[in-house]
Amino acid sequence: MAKRKGIEVSIALSDAVKLTNADVIAAYPITPQTHIVEHLAELVANGELDAAFIPVESEHSAMSACLGSSATGARTFTATAGQGLELMHEVLYVASSMRLPIVMAVANRALSGPLSVWGDHSDVMAVRDTGWIQIFVENGQEAIDHTICAFRIAEDNRVLLPVMVHLDGFHLTHMIEPVTLPEEEDVSRFLPPNRYPLPLDPVKPVAMGDFAPPVIYTEAKWAQEINLRNSKSIILEVWREFEKAFGRKYLPVEHYRSEDAKTLIMTMGSFSETASLAVDSLRQKGESVGQIKLRLWRPFPFKELRDAVKNADTLVILDRALSYGGPGGPVCTEIRAALYNEAKKPKIVSFVGGMGGRDISVAGFEQIITQGMEIARKGSPNEYEIFGVRE
Amino acid sequence: MVEKLVGIRWHGRGGQGAVTSAELIAQAAINEGKYAQAFPSFGPERRGAPVQAFNRIDKESPIKIRAEVTQPDVVVVLDPGLLSIIKVTAGLKEKGLVIINTKKTAAQIRADFDIANRIATVDATKIAKEVLRVPIVNTTMIGALIKATEVINMESVKEPLANRFGKLAQRNFDAMKRSYDETVVEEQR
Repeated sequence: MAKRKGIEVSIALSDAVKLTNADVIAAYPITPQTHIVEHLAELVANGELDAAFIPVESEHSAMSACLGSSATGARTFTATAGQGLELMHEVLYVASSMRLPIVMAVANRALSGPLSVWGDHSDVMAVRDTGWIQIFVENGQEAIDHTICAFRIAEDNRVLLPVMVHLDGFHLTHMIEPVTLPEEEDVSRFLPPNRYPLPLDPVKPVAMGDFAPPVIYTEAKWAQEINLRNSKSIILEVWREFEKAFGRKYLPVEHYRSEDAKTLIMTMGSFSETASLAVDSLRQKGESVGQIKLRLWRPFPFKELRDAVKNADTLVILDRALSYGGPGGPVCTEIRAALYNEAKKPKIVSFVGGMGGRDISVAGFEQIITQGMEIARKGSPNEYEIFGVRE
Repeated sequence: MVEKLVGIRWHGRGGQGAVTSAELIAQAAINEGKYAQAFPSFGPERRGAPVQAFNRIDKESPIKIRAEVTQPDVVVVLDPGLLSIIKVTAGLKEKGLVIINTKKTAAQIRADFDIANRIATVDATKIAKEVLRVPIVNTTMIGALIKATEVINMESVKEPLANRFGKLAQRNFDAMKRSYDETVVEEQR
């Protein structure tokens, strides 16, 4: 029987990687991801996880080592955060275009400067277009579950794409809370061995990551795009299988008291749980408020998102990243675009807040929602509202 | 405790083990079937600098709030020197409780510092030095917390202590037990 226990989310996530029996971990430690990598190094050193741990000298090398490892068909994991993800940036595109099923945990962190080791979604948004499947989690249990699912999604031969699991730095990585780690045999049953179709093999040489002149580049990129879009149905299939095996259900857009709500607040990641308490409180005060939570960031769940908001009058979106000089929070901007041609759509209000580790309390979320409702009624001269800034 | 959801804030200095205290409390509570969180004040760690750690414990339902405990029910102070440099009672609920490692009595503390809340005291440094032979009071103060709040059972800490301290677990439990016995809790004011 899988046992419920109190454990730091970073340690639990590493234990989940152990349960997947990963073959290679190449990583460089960076706050707030450090505990994940430390614990994996420990598991390998203790002989508890039979894997190669490659302690590289930078994140650029970490991802490069992951390319080579994954190309041989080895189950490959890495983790990073903030500046580390930025240093990997150019290699991320190579991983997805080479169709390598690498799984990476990202302990979401702000970007310098000013230097901040604390959490927000600046790093996520900067890697939006790298062609990776990207999933947000909101608590420790989801961090474990989605790490396990990520391998099955990535390695499915209909997908063969790398997956990022985004968990908020500190707010999740450094949290001790109750989680249930699945049993090893249940994970083995759920997650078949990695069968990479064309691995690097000295006996049967293949060329990978070739250069593409104009005559083929567009076709290569289009094939990659179609593949990422089509991965959604397999992601949903894996989550359904996961529910059958482990009893926990996951959707690309999650709902909380949203069915009949006139106003919706939309969030991503760990702040979603705090926001749901604000929804409860406003409901108690008689407001028609609900919540939707974006779990699947790439491929973007257009249909599910449109369905989720079609009956609402107002949609308030909280981004934890800035698009400097741009039209609003990065997630909000995409949602506006996704809804623009819909006949029936809510008014959308963009908020940016919770940056660089700044907490948003339940009262703070209530303020965001009520202010959003007011802006929807009266309008605002601003492209977006910044929450909680001291003038 | 009357509140369903109990918030605890630990004050210590980097290296004194405030984070470990919070961790052990959460693990003990979770082992009792409760819901609990433990987390540090986020950021880089510096030995000797004032640090905070936090707990939330809920008997009935999962804890959804993910923000620092700004209005705690209980404040635990590992290092009495902190009383003169930070206001440990900041945000503490009116009916809240401050548990302090000190040689002084509650009355003396009240005379020296501006504390309106109920106070519990224990000389945890003395206990730790005698029982553990080191002046690290984090596990000792858990005994004081349990005495003053009964937020968890003493027995539930045994397993987390064993996981964390191995052979030294028993000695830590002894220090905790003695601190439980010696903690003086002010009457409801």
